[in-house]
Amino acid sequence: MRLHRVLLGTALAAATLLTVPLAASSADGIYVPLFSYRTGPFAGSGTPIVNGMADYLNMLNERDGGIGGVKIIVEECETGYDTKKGLECYEQVKAKNPVVMNPYSTGITLPLIPKAAIDKIPILSMAYGLSASADGNTFPWVFNPPATYWDGASMFIRYAGGKEGGLERLKGKKIGLVYLDAPYGKEPIPLLEALAKDYGFELKLYPVPAAEMQNQSSQWLNIRRDRPDWIYLQGFGAMNPTAVKEAAKINYPMDHLIGNWWAGNDDDARPAGDGAKGYLSLDFNQVGTNYKVIQDILKYVVDKGKSQTPKDRVGENLYNRGVLNSIIIAEGIRTAQKVSGKKQITGEDMRRGLESLNINEARLKEIGADGFAAPMKVACDDHNGHNAAYMAKWDGTKWVKGSDWIEPLKSKVRPLIESAAKDYAGANAGWPKRTEACDKSS
Amino acid sequence: MLYREVGQYKTNYAADMSVMPLIQDRVGIGIILFIAAVIIPYFGNAFLIQAIMIPFLVFSLAAIGLNLLTGYTGLLSLGTGAFMGVGAYACYKLTTYFPGVNILIWIIASGLFSAVVGVVFGLPSLRIKGFYLAVATLAAQFFLSWCFIRQPWFYNYNASGAIEVPTRTLFGIPVTGATAADATRYYVVLGIVVAMTWLASNLVHGRIGRMWMAVRDMDLAAELIGIRLLRTKLLAFAVSSFYCGVAGALLVFQWYGSAEPAVFDVNLSFFILFMVIIGGLGSLTGSYLGAALIFILPIVLRYIPPHLGIPIRPATVDHIQYMVIGALIVLFLIVEPNGLARLWQIGKQKLRVWPFPY
Amino acid sequence: MHLIYQIFIDPFVQMGNAPDLLVQTLWEGLVAGVLYSLIALGFVLIFKASGVFNFAQGIMVVFAALTLVGFYEHGIPAYLALALTVAVMFGLAFAVERAMLRPLVNQPDIILFMATFGLTYFLIGFGELVFGGDPKVMIASQLGLPKGAVEIKMAGGLVSLQKIDIAAAIIASLMVAALAVFFQKTRVGRALRAVADSHKAALSVGISLEYIWVIVWFAAGLVALATGIMWGARSEVSFALEIIALKALPVLILGGFTSIPGAIIGGVIIGVGEKIGEFYWGPLLGSGIETWLAYVIALVFLLFRPQGLFGERIIERI
Repeated sequence: MRLHRVLLGTALAAATLLTVPLAASSADGIYVPLFSYRTGPFAGSGTPIVNGMADYLNMLNERDGGIGGVKIIVEECETGYDTKKGLECYEQVKAKNPVVMNPYSTGITLPLIPKAAIDKIPILSMAYGLSASADGNTFPWVFNPPATYWDGASMFIRYAGGKEGGLERLKGKKIGLVYLDAPYGKEPIPLLEALAKDYGFELKLYPVPAAEMQNQSSQWLNIRRDRPDWIYLQGFGAMNPTAVKEAAKINYPMDHLIGNWWAGNDDDARPAGDGAKGYLSLDFNQVGTNYKVIQDILKYVVDKGKSQTPKDRVGENLYNRGVLNSIIIAEGIRTAQKVSGKKQITGEDMRRGLESLNINEARLKEIGADGFAAPMKVACDDHNGHNAAYMAKWDGTKWVKGSDWIEPLKSKVRPLIESAAKDYAGANAGWPKRTEACDKSS
Repeated sequence: MLYREVGQYKTNYAADMSVMPLIQDRVGIGIILFIAAVIIPYFGNAFLIQAIMIPFLVFSLAAIGLNLLTGYTGLLSLGTGAFMGVGAYACYKLTTYFPGVNILIWIIASGLFSAVVGVVFGLPSLRIKGFYLAVATLAAQFFLSWCFIRQPWFYNYNASGAIEVPTRTLFGIPVTGATAADATRYYVVLGIVVAMTWLASNLVHGRIGRMWMAVRDMDLAAELIGIRLLRTKLLAFAVSSFYCGVAGALLVFQWYGSAEPAVFDVNLSFFILFMVIIGGLGSLTGSYLGAALIFILPIVLRYIPPHLGIPIRPATVDHIQYMVIGALIVLFLIVEPNGLARLWQIGKQKLRVWPFPY
Repeated sequence: MHLIYQIFIDPFVQMGNAPDLLVQTLWEGLVAGVLYSLIALGFVLIFKASGVFNFAQGIMVVFAALTLVGFYEHGIPAYLALALTVAVMFGLAFAVERAMLRPLVNQPDIILFMATFGLTYFLIGFGELVFGGDPKVMIASQLGLPKGAVEIKMAGGLVSLQKIDIAAAIIASLMVAALAVFFQKTRVGRALRAVADSHKAALSVGISLEYIWVIVWFAAGLVALATGIMWGARSEVSFALEIIALKALPVLILGGFTSIPGAIIGGVIIGVGEKIGEFYWGPLLGSGIETWLAYVIALVFLLFRPQGLFGERIIERI
């Protein structure tokens, strides 16, 4: 008993003595923190993404010695998709002068958006986060290329309309949205409701509570009753494989089930096995290792043991998504170095760099990503670009190309984004007007 | 030797019955308040204030609330998260409807809304006892979580379902929102938490506290000596939910800056319950100690390996952190089931007789 | 008026209109109920024998499933992996008894409850450390569990019953029967019930508490393994499963904390009630009411019969 007490006392003393003076690291490099979730219920989706992101940046360090001669310091901060931990990670990395934030969770991005302008650190929420932040005039410090969730939903409608013989043929049809009952899942609803009014189809909503992600039989029973013609799956983590399995169980035609770009993980379709053949998912990066940039990653990072990725997972859909995210970061840093003339850039320089981002066909070829993604361009008032995506199809064992590049319905999406941004600024009294100058894109 | 009451004579009844009879206690509290109010904001960096002290104070307040219900009245409640959510959303709706009124008034008022909801869900407590009451509070937890997600009125019908905190000022200084300085927010939270702790201390040392403890110890006997059970229990629910509601409003308005419904889920309820049980049921000091251990220790554990220069991946650190916390909880319960507060009392007792062993 | 029609009449009209959907919903509810009751069974076992409400049952389900799949992925054939997992669960029971239960003999229930919280955290960290956070596919077909569905044309439409769900129902019933026999007829079962009544009294008649506790946690571990296999086969094996364990609480309330047949019956009632409520009455309230409907059913039940259907009556004395 006494021994217990002594042990307890020393444990407590040690714990209290080791409180937290954090020295800000004197960065002799460009500091890029990556918020990861390798733990928790969304780890299945989070792990390949952060692997891809880290590997590409490390590859640049190994192959080129960094960007513009300055090394990139990559550091992961584990959030477990929990907003509390995400905010704590933010406070911790803020002291080390990061040039960009990658929160990788809509739930963490939302509280960080007001802080970005105050702390002068731009947020790159690639194809996630707040759709309205595509409006650069209201959100000068937030970027979300290449497409927003509203673009994705409009691409889904365009694809469905195309298969039906024309967008007008959607009149009278039923379109279902199966979504995670969280801000992430609710994102496409306003756009789909607007399109339902325009094209005359009936929108049916099937929310899946986060606690019931693996217990979706009620939602799919409802789908069996309602028999929607097309279903859009806005899910994440453990929700996706369960949804695909349930769809297979009720014999829903797989080629009418379309997931958004976060529902396209290999682990999402694989558990349903052959039943998931034909399942489609939006994608804006290609799959596979057949690209020079992936080959370089294999050569310089994975084969040398400097990566946490198992070799057979390189080239997976979400792994390549992470690589694309890092490509955007790297190009943003490069453009920032050009625009500001400095090699060791700050957050403000990075903001200008991201705002002048222009990855065209030629540049993609230069970096070895020819055909890997569609070209993307960001402008001062449009922080997104509303670029195209394509449909990837699951053939039973892997993802293959299922359609050509699909453009979003820009004419429908852009006005909604601008009005949503206005609503956001109006609802938050004292939202600062944009004071940052607009560089001409280089 | 350090803690003896030798030489301190009381000359009137009031002094004799005071809550802190020893001068050492008062000096100690004074030193702690001085450190909290002066040293920490002055010398602490942004990380300490924003990511450690403000959340620690918010969680301590919630832990005090739960301790009043579970520790002093013996009613196990797993709905703390939901009651905090009610406070947060009430504050949000109030400040949206009446933006001109001082936000501090609304933070306190949101506690009242939470108290009303707490009383409604506490009504089964007359029929149901012990562990089964926990299920009733779980029903409250899940029902209110569902309301926050599925009833769009709560988040003003905005598209994302999350609430953003608008900027509000106090005497011209921004107090909430992104422009509020760390120190300002810290002082607001510190002020409210200190005031409410003082209020709680007076409650538990007075007649109401004794009624609660009588109900906890044996409610049949309490009823026999004339304590009205339903009123006492409902009062416990009301006061506890008031504290949790204010804590929830502070959590959203002074710490997070925004909130989505997943913040107030059942995991938060369990989190606060851990703090209360590890800290010590039935003790206000215990609430603070429990909050410190459960909240601050994982953060400390996470930063030890980089400090010592050991290269471990962050995910592995997270896993080890879970294992260490789990093992520590079991270890604490084996060593001292009455929680940290009891250890503190034993420590004080040792200080009385030091340097003698007994 | 319209509201009264919507609440009281319209759902039954819908039921009549599409009886095949009604049967399908009932079946889904039954299956969900059986799965909940499997989890509840683990709780009941441990509560019956040691008075501890084992919050870690959910994570034990995940841990058992992960161990099984982990062994298989390392190249061990399926049935051998199953046997090895059983051995691991025995080891876990032994470790828990030594490290956690022995030092906490005779402490109040809430302390033991909290200790199982600590165990949960520990197993979460340990499981993620050893197996990684990636979700895994359960090796259902390798274990001989059937795939596919049985489709019956009835009631004007198609009702499809998944074969794996039928298998789950059969396995759960077999387990309940076996456990009931074990508790009633064998010496060890009687010793378990004695320990549940009073630790001190059991010690004084010579029952070895340590031996009994290892047995009962091992049995709960086996139940957790079966539960993990069944749940994992339906969706996938990941740490998200652990949240579902909370659903077992309403089942326990209904069935009684100490009754094994109560766990099954309570589970079926909760499962069917939940699915029917969600499907027919859910859209009125905004859908998604599944998350709290089970608790409200349990709460209403508690107000009228606090000990559950089969539980022991709580008698309070001064």
